[in-house]
Amino acid sequence: MFIIKLIIRNAFRHKLRSFLTILGVAIAILAFGLLRTLVGLWYLGVEQSSATRLVTRNAISLVFPLPISYKDRIRQIQGVKEVSFGNWFGGVYIDEKHFFPNFAVEPRSYLDLYPEFVLSPGERDAFIRDRRGAVAGRKLAAKYGWKIGDMITLKGTIFPGQWEFVLRGIYHGAQKSTDETQFFFNWEYLNETMKRTTPRRADQVGFYMIGVTKPELAAEVSQAVDDTFRNSLAETLTETEKAFQLSFVSMTEAIMIAIKIVSYVVIVIIMVVAANTMAMTARERMAEYATLKTLGFGAGHIAGIVFGESVVIAMIGGVVGVLFTFPAAHWIETELSQFFPVFSVSTLTVYLDLLAALVVGVVASIFPTWRGATISIAEGFRRIG
Amino acid sequence: MANEKPPMVEIKDISKSYRRGSQIIPVLQGITFDIAEGEFMALMGPSGSGKSTLLNLIAGIDKADAGIIRIGGVDITTLTEAELAGWRAANVGFIFQFYNLMPVLTAFENVELPLLLTPLSRKERRDHVEMVLSVVGLADRMDHYPSQLSGGQQQRVAIARAIVTDPAILVADEPTGDLDRASAEDILSLMDNLVHRFGKTIIMVTHDPRAAEKAHIIQHLEKGVLSAS
Ligand SMILES: Nc1ncnc2c1ncn2[C@@H]1O[C@H](COP(=O)(O)OP(=O)(O)OP(=O)(O)O)[C@@H](O)[C@H]1O
Ligand SMILES: [Mg+2]
Repeated sequence: MFIIKLIIRNAFRHKLRSFLTILGVAIAILAFGLLRTLVGLWYLGVEQSSATRLVTRNAISLVFPLPISYKDRIRQIQGVKEVSFGNWFGGVYIDEKHFFPNFAVEPRSYLDLYPEFVLSPGERDAFIRDRRGAVAGRKLAAKYGWKIGDMITLKGTIFPGQWEFVLRGIYHGAQKSTDETQFFFNWEYLNETMKRTTPRRADQVGFYMIGVTKPELAAEVSQAVDDTFRNSLAETLTETEKAFQLSFVSMTEAIMIAIKIVSYVVIVIIMVVAANTMAMTARERMAEYATLKTLGFGAGHIAGIVFGESVVIAMIGGVVGVLFTFPAAHWIETELSQFFPVFSVSTLTVYLDLLAALVVGVVASIFPTWRGATISIAEGFRRIG
Repeated sequence: MANEKPPMVEIKDISKSYRRGSQIIPVLQGITFDIAEGEFMALMGPSGSGKSTLLNLIAGIDKADAGIIRIGGVDITTLTEAELAGWRAANVGFIFQFYNLMPVLTAFENVELPLLLTPLSRKERRDHVEMVLSVVGLADRMDHYPSQLSGGQQQRVAIARAIVTDPAILVADEPTGDLDRASAEDILSLMDNLVHRFGKTIIMVTHDPRAAEKAHIIQHLEKGVLSAS
């Protein structure tokens, strides 16, 4: 009891010093938590890409299209359950700052292949029936205040012109981590317009999405698809959706590893700073520890006092950091939704935050604890002159 | 008559040296003396003569290189570190030049400190603390922090802390060294009181001849050797 009282009072003896140390730990934990969340979400996104979905694109490059005629040939391949296709549209809403991903897709097969985009049956039917129909994710719709039936105009970049869509559905994600900021519309609208304006660009698709019957067949089917179109005008490259996404983000993976390292570096830095502060504090209090020892208190008591103070300060910093992580994550989710459509802090991250704070407190106290516990009384007094 | 009772403190042939790098600095050489129970001894001598060192050896917070230190019949040179801590808590009260109170604890809590290592109940501790604080005349300052007390008052709190476990001997290293004349007088008469009314044995290091006058015996330490006056 007495030890706890002494720890608490010691911890707040130098108000400014304690405040700054707590602030430092809190900021480090906040940074650690946010960086970890970022990395975690990225890997989650890659992991969640379905193992039963393949993506076929032009073997030369993603910017070259494939003929629509491939669809039926792909469908005939053993192990293929569903084929859908689409084009990256790259339309701009209002101006470049308002970025969100938008695609032209074949509605029925696309929705079948992506059950994580949940629409009510009514909305689904309306979308499939309307050539100008479009569907937006819940977050995206909320951001711009779109309602069902609204007219949405995108300025084409890859496909020039002003494109008008009617919002027929607002999907929500089946999982919390599902991206709710996408926008997709009826591929027919794109194709018909191309037929009229630029016929050579008609009947071309950017990529096929293939559902296989069993995940084990993924490699086999990929091979079969690419073999089918070998030596044709447009050879294909088929890979799992996961590999496809990774090829987009292989650069990003390096960045993610760097971010991960940075998150630990942040903790190490605060550890060193806190250790220095604790060593300084303990040095100032050596005469007090010597006095306690004189009165008969043992090395264990002194160790407990030094260790406890360090851990209390670090844990307060940790808890403050965790408390700030949630509003910060919320801010990121709302203000930076084009980059981070989902930015939710997991329970695991909270535990890791607190663990990191504890480690900071423990490591920072190792040297002063050892010093306080082992210093002889005579030497302890010598230090005040 | 004097031989019937063994002395409170018996020091035989102790020596102590410090090592500074490869150099050995002898501080005490073959010191021998006794102090009877209820005696008030002053230890004087020039700075660096080893007074604090000697006091620390008697109080069991430093180890002699050789010799015997028997206090109340116990040879403390044979005790382990842990035994020594327990022995100190039960037998020695400490008074320091700079009081050495814990700044984050009130006068009451500072005095209560040594009792936390005893099996006394909360209520018993409170009774003891209040009693000794009234002995030193600070019953009305129990809830003050050291920073809210004058130097003399802080030293009185320190004395209360030293006597709360009712130890047989008190050691004081320049207890008036940091006080003005009037406060020093207060502290000295308080110590005198502890000897006469409570039968404590006191060993006090001092530079102040007027402080030494209060003592029954004055020992001089010079160049590691003791000479009584
Ligand atoms: N831990 C130590 N290491 C090395 N030398 C020491 C140590 N402690 C004391 N000494 C030396 O021992 C000698 C005696 O020191 P001590 O503190 O006992 O003197 P003192 O008589 O109390 O002096 P003062 O009146 O100034 O307090 C001094 O020369 C001091 O430098
Ligand atoms: Mg001294």
